[in-house]
Amino acid sequence: MPRLNVALLLLVLGALPAYAADPAADPVRLTLKDHRFVPDQITVPAGERFKIEVVNEDDTPEEFESHDLKVEKIVTAGGKITLSVGPLKPGTYRFVGEYHEDTATGTIVAAETPTKE
Amino acid sequence: MLASLLIVFREVLEAGLIVGIVMAATKGVAGRSSWILLGIGGGVAGACLVALFAGTLSDAMAGAGQEVFNAAVLAVAVVMLGWHNIWMARHGRQLAQQMAEMGTSVAAGRKSLLALAVVVAIAILREGSEVVLFLYGIAASSAEGPFALLIGGALGIALGGLVAWLLYRGLLTIPTKRLFSVTNWMIALLAAGMAGQAAVYLARVDVVPSWGDALWDTSAFLPDNGIVGQALHALVGYSDRPMGVQLVVWLTVLVALVVLGRMLAPRPRTPGTAVSARPVGETH
Repeated sequence: MPRLNVALLLLVLGALPAYAADPAADPVRLTLKDHRFVPDQITVPAGERFKIEVVNEDDTPEEFESHDLKVEKIVTAGGKITLSVGPLKPGTYRFVGEYHEDTATGTIVAAETPTKE
Repeated sequence: MLASLLIVFREVLEAGLIVGIVMAATKGVAGRSSWILLGIGGGVAGACLVALFAGTLSDAMAGAGQEVFNAAVLAVAVVMLGWHNIWMARHGRQLAQQMAEMGTSVAAGRKSLLALAVVVAIAILREGSEVVLFLYGIAASSAEGPFALLIGGALGIALGGLVAWLLYRGLLTIPTKRLFSVTNWMIALLAAGMAGQAAVYLARVDVVPSWGDALWDTSAFLPDNGIVGQALHALVGYSDRPMGVQLVVWLTVLVALVVLGRMLAPRPRTPGTAVSARPVGETH
């Protein structure tokens, strides 16, 4: 077991530089209003780390949650959060406002960029 | 009402499972009920505080406050669980022996009660603050009948408590002799899962690298937002799409706790204990 652990650690350490973040990139912006996301669909390039900014214009708190992205974060009434996400494989990723799951839903589409691969 | 019941139940479930394990792990230790109640009370108070200062917390550390706070309280819980396990590795066998002989609660084992009370408080603080914010949101919005939703929330809390109680009763069917080795494993896995979760929080705000966002994807068969997956998430740190760093930290903590427990387990005869003249380590 410990030997496996060390091997794994070395393996992932080797992969480390591939995931360097780019803090300068502009965040994707989502606004919560009347317990809905605007926009409710965003497209991002696959294979890149990016930031999402969620602004809550409602007067009740919300929890931005995405099981697909493994993100769970409280956005207070009138508050704003920023999340770092990815790099994502191409595909569709759902997110919700957990406290109003019937209306506050949306998707992120990670699209392949031909030049990257 | 059903929607709010489900939301609250899911938050309470994770804390409930942890409380159930802690209850079983402290079976027979005198005074444990008041410690655990203290942990629950402290957790509820902490949850309200966290909810109250959610905005401040969120804006702290350039927007990374929530994640760093979550990672920090999880780290404290991991240390407490680890400490309990090592303590039990040293003294658990005597404790079980003493309980079997006397058939009553024993004073030994109180030391690790404080550690476990802290774990209970942290578990409730983390899940509870989300419940508080959710219920506050309901109460604040004058829209659709807040009463039904609040009743749903109360039922959700009760249901989560029921799960904790069922797990506890289930664990108690294990004979005392083996109970502590079972709870020790459960606590080691709990600690590993929490440590992995702490790493995920830190990776989200780029404090540590993620080393891959999804090592595998088992969300099709066992999604970690389903009830079973979520219970496994709370118990052993299951994730349907684990980060690389999450798996590394999970393995490291689990291996460290198991190895340390083995190393620190007493020789058949431990000096300085007034428990029993008989050697108590024959089963190893």
